[in-house]
Amino acid sequence: MREQEREVGKPLESTTEKYKVIIKDINGWFGNKQALRNVSLNIKEKTVAAFIGPSGCGKTTLIRCLNRMHEMTPGARVEGQVIVDGEDIYDKSVDPVVVKRRVGMVFQKPNPFPTMSIFDNVAAGLKLNGIKDKKLISEVVEEALNGAALWDEVKDELGKAGMSLSGGQQQRLCIARALALQPEVLLMDEPTSALDPIASSKIEELVRKLKEHVTIIIVTHNMQQAARISDSTSFMYLGEMIEYGPTNQIFKNPEKELTERYISGIFG
Amino acid sequence: MKKRYRTRIIIDKLVSVFAIVCIVAAIVPLTSILIEVVKNGAGVLSFEFLTASQGSIGSGEGGIGPAIQGTLIVVGLASIIATPIGVLTGIYLSEFAGNGIFPSAVRFLNDMLTGLPSIVIGIVGYVTIVLAIGSFSVWAGALALSIIMIPIVVRVTEETLKIVPHSLREGGYALGISKAKITMNIVLTTAKSGVLTGIVLGIARIAGETAPLIMTILGTSLFFSTLTGPVDALPLRIWRLASQPYESAHAFGWGAALVLILMVLGLNIGLRLLAYKRGFTIRTEV
Repeated sequence: MREQEREVGKPLESTTEKYKVIIKDINGWFGNKQALRNVSLNIKEKTVAAFIGPSGCGKTTLIRCLNRMHEMTPGARVEGQVIVDGEDIYDKSVDPVVVKRRVGMVFQKPNPFPTMSIFDNVAAGLKLNGIKDKKLISEVVEEALNGAALWDEVKDELGKAGMSLSGGQQQRLCIARALALQPEVLLMDEPTSALDPIASSKIEELVRKLKEHVTIIIVTHNMQQAARISDSTSFMYLGEMIEYGPTNQIFKNPEKELTERYISGIFG
Repeated sequence: MKKRYRTRIIIDKLVSVFAIVCIVAAIVPLTSILIEVVKNGAGVLSFEFLTASQGSIGSGEGGIGPAIQGTLIVVGLASIIATPIGVLTGIYLSEFAGNGIFPSAVRFLNDMLTGLPSIVIGIVGYVTIVLAIGSFSVWAGALALSIIMIPIVVRVTEETLKIVPHSLREGGYALGISKAKITMNIVLTTAKSGVLTGIVLGIARIAGETAPLIMTILGTSLFFSTLTGPVDALPLRIWRLASQPYESAHAFGWGAALVLILMVLGLNIGLRLLAYKRGFTIRTEV
């Protein structure tokens, strides 16, 4: 059983294409409870990788291992390797704070900083990391808001509170906030689960656009969403990676029965 | 079914009436005190009363200038000492300490300190400063009052910071921001109205303390001269005026009480206005 999963996690095809993120034998715990079991998979640069699976399968834990966020929960622990652009982010020499500047993250519920304006929300990552050049900051903010498809909606009211925006705009603000640090990888933990269908479709459109520049890893409950926007899909169950492959293959012709049953809605 | 519905309505009404009775019971003493103080104290208010020092005993001349000045100095100094210590301790307990033995001990001792009789804290000021420098002094009073204020600020700061949603801290972590900056620039700014509330509550509390001041600043009828000498304060002056056998002294006492109430009220309203202008609200409950 274990051997088979590792097979699944191995490179899909032996192309010369570069893998941006290589996950090797990740095990994750909350206290004594093991939430991830020997998960391995590789993600190509500038693609969208989706993690799907029923609640509690470990997909959120896995994504939180990719920017060293998981270990910040009291009692949580990780073993294994995550190689981002050739560097193991779990190496002892790596500062977990710096990892998060390279690997951005967007959360399930939009969480703009309530005391900050739209501009300051986007600038927060720069300002609070010690960048003082005002001209540079305002350039980056415009670029990031453009990148998050929010600029046209807010360009005349950058001084307004971030919280005054609608839910979907707030989520795009959070995406802009992450983009301002020009991350190599963007993690999205169910970014549309708190949004209405129209706001969700805007985010999906944005994800398709963003993958031209960034590698995106997205956790989603919504299988249609995974099918629509991702290039590769991993199906997880009870902390294990059951199947991983190109999205088309996973949805049309899965190898494992469990995957097929989940995708066809028999359980989940 | 219908009967059960009727009982429900009756119980609902009864609870409402009981709640209203309790509110009245709480408000009546408070308003009657206020009315009494205004009625007896408003008459003596004048520019001279607020600025002049006391005339000869029983003459009904002069005012409570030194007491107002002394209260401003002692309470001001005490809050300058207590605010940073209290806020930083609150930050430590909420953000950095976790639930180990040491932070639990700090929390426990802090709660003990809140319940300590203020006269005991006055003795602390007396023993540590008054005996050491050989004179009643402003410093001793400020120290004693700051010891009373610190636990209030600690408690309110910790509780307010804990209400700040964890998702905001995670949002900060996800941007690679250090914990110290997240705490100061995201968590504390989000909770600033609550923290300010704690400081205002603390100041209001120490502005009215009398017992620790008897043992530390003593009280005097003169204006402030040195930080290492005695000074007057409103609560002390009220107490001394009330224990004199003259009608005019009693009237001055009421006037001083009214001034003290107005000062605390003014501080409260002033900070609220400031907060309102800056776009956040101040809660007055703990």
